[in-house]
Amino acid sequence: MKIGVLAVQGAFIEHEKALAALGVSCFELRKAGDLKCPFDGLILPGGESTVQNKLLRDLGLFAPLKEKIEKGLPVFGTCAGLLLLAKEIVNDERRCFATMDIVAVRNAYGRQLGSFSAQAEFKGLGLIPLTFIRAPYIAGVGAEAEVLAVADGRIVAARQGRQLVTAFHPELYDDLRVHRYFLETAGAAGS
Amino acid sequence: MEQDRFELNKNLAQMLKGGVIMDVTTPQQAKIAEEAGACAVMALERIPADIRAAGGVSRMSDPKMIKGIQQAVSIPVMAKCRIGHFAEAQILQAIDIDYIDESEVLSPADDKYHIDKTKFAVPFVCGARDLGEALRRINEGAAMIRTKGEPGTGDIVQAVRHMRKMQAEIRRLASLAEDELFEAAKELQVPYELVLYVHRHKKLPVVNFAAGGVATPADAALMMQLGAEGVFVGSGIFKSGDPAKRAAAIVKAVANYNDAKMLAELSEDLGEAMVGINEQEINLLMAERGK
Repeated sequence: MKIGVLAVQGAFIEHEKALAALGVSCFELRKAGDLKCPFDGLILPGGESTVQNKLLRDLGLFAPLKEKIEKGLPVFGTCAGLLLLAKEIVNDERRCFATMDIVAVRNAYGRQLGSFSAQAEFKGLGLIPLTFIRAPYIAGVGAEAEVLAVADGRIVAARQGRQLVTAFHPELYDDLRVHRYFLETAGAAGS
Repeated sequence: MEQDRFELNKNLAQMLKGGVIMDVTTPQQAKIAEEAGACAVMALERIPADIRAAGGVSRMSDPKMIKGIQQAVSIPVMAKCRIGHFAEAQILQAIDIDYIDESEVLSPADDKYHIDKTKFAVPFVCGARDLGEALRRINEGAAMIRTKGEPGTGDIVQAVRHMRKMQAEIRRLASLAEDELFEAAKELQVPYELVLYVHRHKKLPVVNFAAGGVATPADAALMMQLGAEGVFVGSGIFKSGDPAKRAAAIVKAVANYNDAKMLAELSEDLGEAMVGINEQEINLLMAERGK
């Protein structure tokens, strides 16, 4: 199995380390030419969604990746990645892939002083540590999406088919359970 | 400051990695920067080149001006306070700033002490010319480091010198035997625990950006290849002929800093770069402020 990690901006190295710790090979997607290499899953890391959205388009990655996601490529978006996948964002007009039937709220906890850490139950994984950095949350999910974690009354993780999103950053911890959960989804996709 | 808060503040810098932080003086410039792909903006009344030209004492910006920029963009907004001026820092924290730059670009308020940044909930970024300065700032609570470079000059030589020195010192620490680290801590004038961290991880405990003199996509790529994790661009953008185009080109250059072919395309037709001053031609070395 091989995972492509979007590496145009943000905390992509942290995801690469998590994948390495799980013995899974990965490579960085920085421009259209990088898509020549076949891959079985995609990670959209934390960072600034406005920057990533712009660079995806400017560097020729947007259309081919959107098509792959629509055709069932397993994808895992953390924080900014969640916003790239959301069909609706309450307080922002910009959209990116818009492949997942969720309603997101951007910078939902305010500025950096609103950033926090917590713990919550993740469906099937037990209690996991959560770090929210100028994070979004999910205000609602469509009929096809499933809620995986709720913290402080807000939805902070969800999946829809092979698309997985978290408002928090599992890549900032040594705890690899959420990455393993994603890889199981990707593995089930086969290739 | 609790450990948890420090971690969250370090984490925000991690999210900024691979990005470009741009100096802006108006909400309109902030929007241009955001649209060009800035991962954060630094709100200040005058960009370093103009501070240099105007002379006199330069201070924290008007909070009203900073708030205007906070309302204009959705990305993180940073602002500068003077070295040692903890009251300016308190004011910036009170207006919910995302990051404070305790900056040598402004006139220092204290020629001996930096701000005790552990007393604040908001994160700080500080400039450094070498590993000792970087670790001293981290010990005081800085959650992000940048090279000092020489702000407002458009001359990259100092940023290169500072980044190379820091990386060389990190490599040296990594190569020492563990029982030699106590002496290294004494030489660097920093706590042993920080020296041990660098020795074990071969990197700073916080994110390290390049700053001071970046004017072109090639400058940004150079700093990234030398080990910077992202880039601050101060005067280089809004002192140039076509700020929007240059800003977007620098953003793409940071994302693909190893791709010379793309860098060549990005460097085409950018219009006039900021004029720039060579380091021998300037009277005021801002990098000498705060050690």
